[in-house]
Amino acid sequence: MVLRKARFKHLMMFILPAALLIAVFVLYPTIRTITLSFVGEDGKLTLSNYKEVLTSKDIVDLRGFERGFPFGALIHNLMWIAIHLPLTTFLGLFLAVILRNIKGGTIIKSIIFLGMVMPMIVGGIMVRFMFEENVGVVNMVLGVFGLTTQTWTAYPESALLALIFGSTWLWAGFSLILYSAGLETIPKSYYEAAQIDGASPVRMFFNITIPLLKPITVVVITMTLLWELKIFDIVYVATMGGPGGASNVLALQMYMYGFREWDFGKAAVVAVLITLSTLVAAVPMIKSAGDEAE
Amino acid sequence: MTKKRIWVKVFLNIFAWFIGLIWILPVIGILMTAIRPFDEVINGWWHFKEFTPTFSNFINALNHPTAPLIVGMKNSLIIALPATILPLFIATLAGYGISRYHFPLRKGLIIAVVLTLALPQQMIAVPIFQMMSSLGLVDTYMGLILLHTAWGIPWITFFMRNYFKTMPISIEEAARIDGASDFQIFYRVVLPNIFPAIASASALQFTWVWSDFFLALILIYSPDKLLITQRVPLMRGVYHVDWGLLSAASIMVMIVPILIYLLLQRYYVKGMVGWTIK
Repeated sequence: MVLRKARFKHLMMFILPAALLIAVFVLYPTIRTITLSFVGEDGKLTLSNYKEVLTSKDIVDLRGFERGFPFGALIHNLMWIAIHLPLTTFLGLFLAVILRNIKGGTIIKSIIFLGMVMPMIVGGIMVRFMFEENVGVVNMVLGVFGLTTQTWTAYPESALLALIFGSTWLWAGFSLILYSAGLETIPKSYYEAAQIDGASPVRMFFNITIPLLKPITVVVITMTLLWELKIFDIVYVATMGGPGGASNVLALQMYMYGFREWDFGKAAVVAVLITLSTLVAAVPMIKSAGDEAE
Repeated sequence: MTKKRIWVKVFLNIFAWFIGLIWILPVIGILMTAIRPFDEVINGWWHFKEFTPTFSNFINALNHPTAPLIVGMKNSLIIALPATILPLFIATLAGYGISRYHFPLRKGLIIAVVLTLALPQQMIAVPIFQMMSSLGLVDTYMGLILLHTAWGIPWITFFMRNYFKTMPISIEEAARIDGASDFQIFYRVVLPNIFPAIASASALQFTWVWSDFFLALILIYSPDKLLITQRVPLMRGVYHVDWGLLSAASIMVMIVPILIYLLLQRYYVKGMVGWTIK
């Protein structure tokens, strides 16, 4: 498409309002946070905030490897990724493939997507509720099999895992919806041709479905990573990072430093840490947008 | 169909509905807890020996002594309506501008927009709080509406640009040959044709502003100004959790996004998918 050369009045009308608001309320604060992270209490440039935060038990607690939770917010976020990312991605793909040929598959899809639609603050309440002693549905099931029932979010060794599995229930709808949309774009004739050649359903899945869904997988993984790195509301309502920091995450730690302890320098360092990791996660997205902008 | 394939099909159907059941169980749980008195569900909502449906939990949540939900609902609407309309208007203009005009720093703007999509709200929190303090906008709706507007603009711009790119430019060119100015083209030719994109983007933006917790948490703190999402955690109580009250409150908070989803399902999913997949 050939772009028209913008005249001043076009810029004023189309671009300026958006550019101005982004500059004032997004770009400027971002740069300011970066500078804040390098400024000490005396107002001079320093690395002391970084030193203090990176060596703090709040972020990485190596003793956790001997004694168990807490491991520190950074490790907790990484554990969230290690469990939640593969679980939701595969689950979404698996369900998308299965639900295609099921009577009422769209209803089941809508049910699973409900977790995506509800505010995350409600998501946190739901997760807490599921794992609650006596009233939680998880304990109902465990009770049926004669297993231990307890408020799983209240114990250091299980709090974070409860949140992670609970958030799988919330987020699985995302990959399911994206993969479902992706499956629609694969022409039926590919499968018919493969069938004539005698390919088994399993082979068709690995040789047709998976490769053709690759662009969607990239999007699913990117967005899920961003979600896991930014996770805040669920933890805030369900456990407040507790007990004793056992389910703390970076975004919550940033809030604690900044708006409970009013230490803006340390809060800025944590914010920079989260942002660096989200930018790494978003590389494919940024790259494709940059190429397109040519 | 062979016998084996029929069995596979039956098995898959049962399995899929079983998964659906697992997924809806927590929602049924919160519903059952909300519509019954708390002493009836204290050992789990799945006991139905006694069943007395009641609205008392909902009424108690709406008129909660320290955090009445009804006020929160009103407050959230006051924020969410302008914080949907404003960014939608501004970002639609920007998305159109980016997809039709060439100007200096165009690529820089696009990359800034995409980078912002990955940015956590924590990255702007402290400076925004300082800036709003010095402008006297902390604890005002004006400040939060401005912030939500600015925060929504990047993704809506990106979304609109992707939509405009798929629109044939020939109609616009025909209008230009007929002597229409650029602004007339935008308002008379383009705007009436982008209803689906506007519906998708408004559904998502409204839902996100309504559901937002973090930005409200750092900017709004007067008890009477708290938004609906801020009130739910306040109802939890420190030692004793009244799950009936919490369930009823949760349902009322999520009912708005769920209604939007049900009404605009087609646009909602398109918004989500179209925004992430080009």
